[in-house]
Amino acid sequence: MIEIRNLTKRYGSFLAVDDITFEVEKGKILGFLGPNGAGKTTTMRIVTGFMPPTKGTAIVSGFDVVENPLDVKRRIGYMPETPPLYVDMTVEEYLNFAARLKQIPAKEVKGAMELACAKVDLNNVLGKVIKALSKGYKQRVGLAQAIIHDPEVLILDEPTIGLDPIQIREVRELIRSLAGEHTIILSTHILPEVDMICDEVVIIQNGKIIAKDTPDGLSKSMKGAERLTVVVEGPTEEVSSVASATEGVNSILESTAENGHCSLVLECDFKFHVRKSLSNVFSKKGWSLLEMKVKESTLEDVFIHMMSSSEEEEA
Amino acid sequence: MKNVITIFNREFRSYFSSPIAYVVIGLFLVLTGVFFYLLMSSFLQYSANLQWQAARMRQPAPPVNVNHMIIRPLFSNISVITLFVVPMITMRSFSDDKKTGTLELLLTSPVTTAQIVAGKFLAAFSLYVIMALLTWVYPLVIVFFGDPDVMPVAISYIGILGMGAASVGIGVWISSMTENQIISAMGTFVVLLFLWLVGWFANFSSGAIGGFFQYLSIVEHFDDFAKGIFDTGHLMYYLSLCGITLFLAHQSIESLRWRS
Repeated sequence: MIEIRNLTKRYGSFLAVDDITFEVEKGKILGFLGPNGAGKTTTMRIVTGFMPPTKGTAIVSGFDVVENPLDVKRRIGYMPETPPLYVDMTVEEYLNFAARLKQIPAKEVKGAMELACAKVDLNNVLGKVIKALSKGYKQRVGLAQAIIHDPEVLILDEPTIGLDPIQIREVRELIRSLAGEHTIILSTHILPEVDMICDEVVIIQNGKIIAKDTPDGLSKSMKGAERLTVVVEGPTEEVSSVASATEGVNSILESTAENGHCSLVLECDFKFHVRKSLSNVFSKKGWSLLEMKVKESTLEDVFIHMMSSSEEEEA
Repeated sequence: MKNVITIFNREFRSYFSSPIAYVVIGLFLVLTGVFFYLLMSSFLQYSANLQWQAARMRQPAPPVNVNHMIIRPLFSNISVITLFVVPMITMRSFSDDKKTGTLELLLTSPVTTAQIVAGKFLAAFSLYVIMALLTWVYPLVIVFFGDPDVMPVAISYIGILGMGAASVGIGVWISSMTENQIISAMGTFVVLLFLWLVGWFANFSSGAIGGFFQYLSIVEHFDDFAKGIFDTGHLMYYLSLCGITLFLAHQSIESLRWRS
């Protein structure tokens, strides 16, 4: 549905997007993840035809963005980071304008507006001037504008930014419900969001793709090395040295002592039976093991891990 | 064409949903009204004087030319006042969209840049036309109480509209280059002022340069219209200025996509 091929964008001497290639299948949600300034917005702007790429191209429903920008724009709904609202208009006027701008035939405008408003739940503010709306409602108006012409592809640039937790949940549910009919690219730097709503993840940094997988796949790829928290009653230094001598323990990330308890965070290789050997070793020494907990690696860990490792590579 | 109408509708309505249209039209009518009043007063004084003198000489009063004494200077004044008002009409045109990000909506919708520029220009120009044509009451007063030649009035209006097309074009172009409305208005004002003053420079320079300056002057071209002379050359000047500036506006919006 969306094919991005060798996309490169250069601003003067600054390389914002560096030769990225990925695809999104019909009906899927792709999460576009990366720190601020990684090139997410630039990539999205190229896909929407807002700006041309320096090299490479993007193909949306078989139309090339560079060669047939109008055909692409007809099939895309785009919500930029700040919703593009004419704040002096009422919601109704604005959506009417957006519908006509997107070339919905005059007879169908009313139906399209009703449908979009129902989807994002805007019916009770139709007559209000956009200026007077809360941020959450403004975001929804921006979303309504993007889906009003029932586009095949939706591009959403940080759709949940600046919303309160309840609104965030609503918007996420809404996006989830839009998948299937629509193919969605969604940018964010909130990791749980990707975990919750995306089918696929592309992580980019400094304009380059550093990972491309499903959210589960990414978490699994980290399973090899996992973290273990142990709390032991015993002298800190000895406990630490014993722990680090155990087979499978790669390193001690943290160690703190409190009231004769010592708590450690270990990075372990789970190919070895680390938990078993640790508890044996501690009981031989006569220290009681108070707590032992496996820390599941979240996407956040994956993200930070990848960010730091790709920085190391560059250095 | 439908896209142009869509953009036009929104732009044109936005003038009236904000105070801009009312302030601009009100200001314009007050200013032109003051000039009309002053011209009328001095005309009445002058003709009363003539009559009084004629009566003293026991002779019929000589005829006075209303066209020459009121209509011609009135339209010259109106033409200069528009130079001050046009920047206020066009200052939001693209600047506001650039600032609030709505330009992103326009540029990612299935419309061409040319259609956007055309829609915005037509909206600003329509407001200008409404504003300029509201001055019809002044010539009407003269028709009611005097016996002016009507043709020069009609021709003056053609000139006013031509000049408007050119200056609104300049305003739209300048606003396409900045996201700041104040800079947009000031820039337009400076360019228009330059195109007005350049006619004066022409008086102090001779030969080809003088002629060029004279040709450049936006107000100089209006003189003939005010006199009631319809010269297509002057209209061509206005229309080509309008065309060139709109082309430049188009290029400046397109170049945004490349530079950003």
